[in-house]
Amino acid sequence: MKQQEFLQIISPFKDKIFRVAKRLLVSIEEAEDATQEVLVRLWNKNEGLQKYNSVEALAMTMTKNYCLDQLKSKRASNLQLVHSNYGDHSPGIDKQIEDRDSWNWVEKIINDLPEQQKIIIQMRDVEEYEFNEIASVLDMNETAVRVALSRARKTIREKLLEKHSYGIKSS
Amino acid sequence: MELKAVEIALEKYLEGTSSILEEKQLKAYFSSNEIASHLVQYKPLFSYFEHQKSEQFTKALPLQTQKQSYVKWIGVAAAVAVLLGTMHYFYSEETTTDLGTYSDPEEAFVETQKALEMLSQEVNQGVESVAILKEYDKTTKTIFK
Repeated sequence: MKQQEFLQIISPFKDKIFRVAKRLLVSIEEAEDATQEVLVRLWNKNEGLQKYNSVEALAMTMTKNYCLDQLKSKRASNLQLVHSNYGDHSPGIDKQIEDRDSWNWVEKIINDLPEQQKIIIQMRDVEEYEFNEIASVLDMNETAVRVALSRARKTIREKLLEKHSYGIKSS
Repeated sequence: MELKAVEIALEKYLEGTSSILEEKQLKAYFSSNEIASHLVQYKPLFSYFEHQKSEQFTKALPLQTQKQSYVKWIGVAAAVAVLLGTMHYFYSEETTTDLGTYSDPEEAFVETQKALEMLSQEVNQGVESVAILKEYDKTTKTIFK
């Protein structure tokens, strides 16, 4: 397989890999490294890639596994991830500061979710995958994915409402 | 999208039973400017999701072409060649060494006799030199008695 062909195959989903990795690893640098690693591994599979009917699903599974491994080894070595890039959205000039502020809130809330729910929220609400695709990547059944998703969405709503009503209540 | 429909879709959304299409409609509704006041708190959530989609991976990919693996195999081939070469060298030397076997029994007898004679000659020489040593022994004994 030529490099050009490979780049064409990965171009529809390489950004998705990056975003899922960033959701899990939080730091942009680490997400970039993870994306690079996953794509290079895919490239090394080379001719073997044709055997898979969905390279994207394979890539997503690899990303999930790689990131979870990273997190596990981080925890084992007792290192904390540095949550430093909440403000790094590079928003357009016309975007209001208020908007950015509330996005940061949403991001913080999602970051506090368990890893599995983070992946599901990212794959469903941002990348808009179907339930069966998410289920196969996470090696779960669809009902379990729906339950976890519902739980995550309700948690987010609850915390968002807390934030929203903060300071408004007169009593 | 009507308010009633939005509320229903939102309910389904929270239960995890909404379809991709319904979720897209929700995102569209919350990105508009006419959001019902009691739903306004959901706006950041859906606009955040929409916004996240635009993030891109920009780092360069270090893709190596397969050439590198050929170099590796040349090294392996060279090592195997050297190994086979040395093995062959030692093995062949062992088999070709002449053990001096005779096929004619008479000739073998003569040669054996010759060899044994040579051996006994050497032994006798040794015995003679030890006999001289005995002489020394005798004299030392007479002196130190």
